[in-house]
Amino acid sequence: MATEILMPALSPTMTEGKLSRWVKKEGDTVSGGDILAEIETDKATMEVEAIEDGVLGRILVPEGTENVAVNTPIAILVAEGEAVPDQAGKAPPATTAPATPAAVQPAPVTNAAAPQAQETFVSHEDKDWGPTQEITVREALRDAMAAELRRDADVFLLGEEVAEYQGAYKISQGLLQEFGEKRVIDMPITEHGFTGMAVGAALTGLKPIVEFMTMNFAMQAIDHIINSAAKTLYMSGGQMGCPIVFRGPNGAASRVGAQHSQCYGSWYAHVPGLKVVAPWSAADAKGLLRAAIRDPNPVVVLENEILYGHKFPCPVDEDFILPIGKAKIERPGKDVTIVAFSIAVGIALEAAQTLAEEGIEAEVINLRSLRPLDTATIVESVRKTGRLVTVEEGWPFAGIGSEVAMQVIEHAFDWLDAPPARVAGEDVPMPFAANLEKLALPQPEHVIKAVRGLI
Amino acid sequence: MGTTDKQVGKAGRNKPSLTRDQFMQAYHDMLLIRRFEEKAGQLYGMSLIGGFCHLYIGQEAVVTGVQMCLRDGDKIITSYRDHGQMLAAGMEPRGVMAELTGRATGYSHGKGGSMHMFSREKNFYGGHGIVGAQVSLGIGLAFANKYRGTDEVSVAYFGDGAANQGQVYESFNLAALHKLPCVFVLENNLYGMGTSVERASAWHEFYKNGEPWGIPGRQVDGMDVAAVHEAAAEAVAHCRAGKGPYLLEMMTYRYRGHSMSDPAKYRKREEVENVRKHHDPIEHVKHILLDAGVEETALKAMDTEIKAIVNDAADFAQTSPEPDPSELFTDVVLEA
Repeated sequence: MATEILMPALSPTMTEGKLSRWVKKEGDTVSGGDILAEIETDKATMEVEAIEDGVLGRILVPEGTENVAVNTPIAILVAEGEAVPDQAGKAPPATTAPATPAAVQPAPVTNAAAPQAQETFVSHEDKDWGPTQEITVREALRDAMAAELRRDADVFLLGEEVAEYQGAYKISQGLLQEFGEKRVIDMPITEHGFTGMAVGAALTGLKPIVEFMTMNFAMQAIDHIINSAAKTLYMSGGQMGCPIVFRGPNGAASRVGAQHSQCYGSWYAHVPGLKVVAPWSAADAKGLLRAAIRDPNPVVVLENEILYGHKFPCPVDEDFILPIGKAKIERPGKDVTIVAFSIAVGIALEAAQTLAEEGIEAEVINLRSLRPLDTATIVESVRKTGRLVTVEEGWPFAGIGSEVAMQVIEHAFDWLDAPPARVAGEDVPMPFAANLEKLALPQPEHVIKAVRGLI
Repeated sequence: MGTTDKQVGKAGRNKPSLTRDQFMQAYHDMLLIRRFEEKAGQLYGMSLIGGFCHLYIGQEAVVTGVQMCLRDGDKIITSYRDHGQMLAAGMEPRGVMAELTGRATGYSHGKGGSMHMFSREKNFYGGHGIVGAQVSLGIGLAFANKYRGTDEVSVAYFGDGAANQGQVYESFNLAALHKLPCVFVLENNLYGMGTSVERASAWHEFYKNGEPWGIPGRQVDGMDVAAVHEAAAEAVAHCRAGKGPYLLEMMTYRYRGHSMSDPAKYRKREEVENVRKHHDPIEHVKHILLDAGVEETALKAMDTEIKAIVNDAADFAQTSPEPDPSELFTDVVLEA
């Protein structure tokens, strides 16, 4: 039977909009999910999808029409071979039945003021890599570098204490012995200079791994990471890529004070031309670092010192690698989405465990990559749970949580049952005293409290 | 430092010379840069070039003399005063000028501009807008030469304005420590933007700045292409032989402002006129050629030919299309 397609609302407050374009024309056969038309308001452009199969029998509102009220019939969908009823679309919407509101999906837009969403918001299952073995994050990082050093003669490691000392945090243990001093190179304490040197070498096509003893010291070299590494491909019109990895422990360690305890997630994730990953588990560390070394772009790998000694199951498959830009759902749930990265994933999982005992099923997303951000997985999850809590160790202002929340507002606003909530480090330089340091960092209780506040 | 008369044109230690053909080539290459930069200045004045535009006029002998000592595979990197280096490296005047006007046919497809141009083919690694950054990057180019086991060298140009940047010294240390084949060419044009060397640096013998790390250095008359060539040949041979880096301080002078928007309040017109009249690197070679029996008409013909090349580049740069709007989003990252 004939079905009326109604003008959809893009947000709870939308009352009318413009029917900007018909993608299908009268007589076209359509299947559920096909895009029929584009509509726009002053805030957004969206696509109208067919929700069932049929033939577009008649277009009731021509393209270009402004101020089309929500729920006005805009077209008639008929079954194959069926005629369009004469009266269709002429009666007011209130009397037409059954009316089917069209499904909407965000459409790509180029206006910066409008939402941007090319994603179809379908996340993909992780590949199953088979048997695993318990290893530490430290071992995972070393194994990743060793595997890539074996695989590609253009890869080399440089940094302070990476060779003879075997790594300030023992990440590069054994690499000097296997690969020699040509490829595992101790650097003097001169971050600005050796980072520039490594970037220069990468511009010629070599693939350096730059280890910073901690990411705090990379601030000395951030000009080369951003101005020299991230921007040169663009500035050269695509001629000169920079295949380089900047890695090291990021965020708070333990009792090392303000200058050695800072998360640089949002700093680097802000920059077009960079990729940024933040592993939590040993599998994350191994899979993401291997991908970072093979990537033709500059990649910042934000590790965590406290996690170095933690053991996790990691696939033993020699080819194991993870895609950059893909988050992982660490724990499925239906009531709230908790988004975290790096050490905060553990905090989120601990909170989720406690919440489960109260009957609240939290879905925990481990971002793995901060840039590109896996918006699809986040949005798909929030469209299911209707609630969002972000967790990070870094400062809240302009943090990763802010960006995640904004992506959700742009792409899943109508699905939200409560305002997104952030759990982050306190907005202070890291104190030294044990009690104050603990107070400055996010704890599972903060996450639990935030979730309870939404439900 | 008093007047620049004492500094500019300071003689090198040897009596350098080039063959007549080499002088002819140098004259051609310097004149191409001069005419190109004059045209760029004109286009800037007509608002056809926007943003920053740092002209190389007056310093032509430096890149020309150094380039004569290089061979295929040697790598070059410099600051934002880069048009001369690009032309010396053999990059096309059309592509360089079209980048200055921000057109799709420019070396960076209009996305780099005056300060950010590159040519993988000509081993020109930019074109960098952060003062001193190219020195650290430059030792990275040298590192790559060494890592790959070639005897290619890298040349990192920087100005007196960059000479006291911290990363320059970090780079001296790293280059010496790892014996990197890098020729550091310090172009001392006596002013870092509007601040004279004497007002910016407590120490003026920049060619000795590598001494703590054992880097040999020489001060060179950067207005004399033969002197530049002689010193660069020694420096390049040193690097190619695997003996580590070398520092050349080229005493030179820019006739135009730091950039096109320079009010030029920090030096007297007479100072500029004096250098132009008595130390111009192109006039200097012209006299040598005339003394050697080259007909003035031959030099005039060369000038006419170069002007035609530059005019063609300017026409090309004005008639080429702007980049397609879709180019806004390309070249941000490479496909993994």
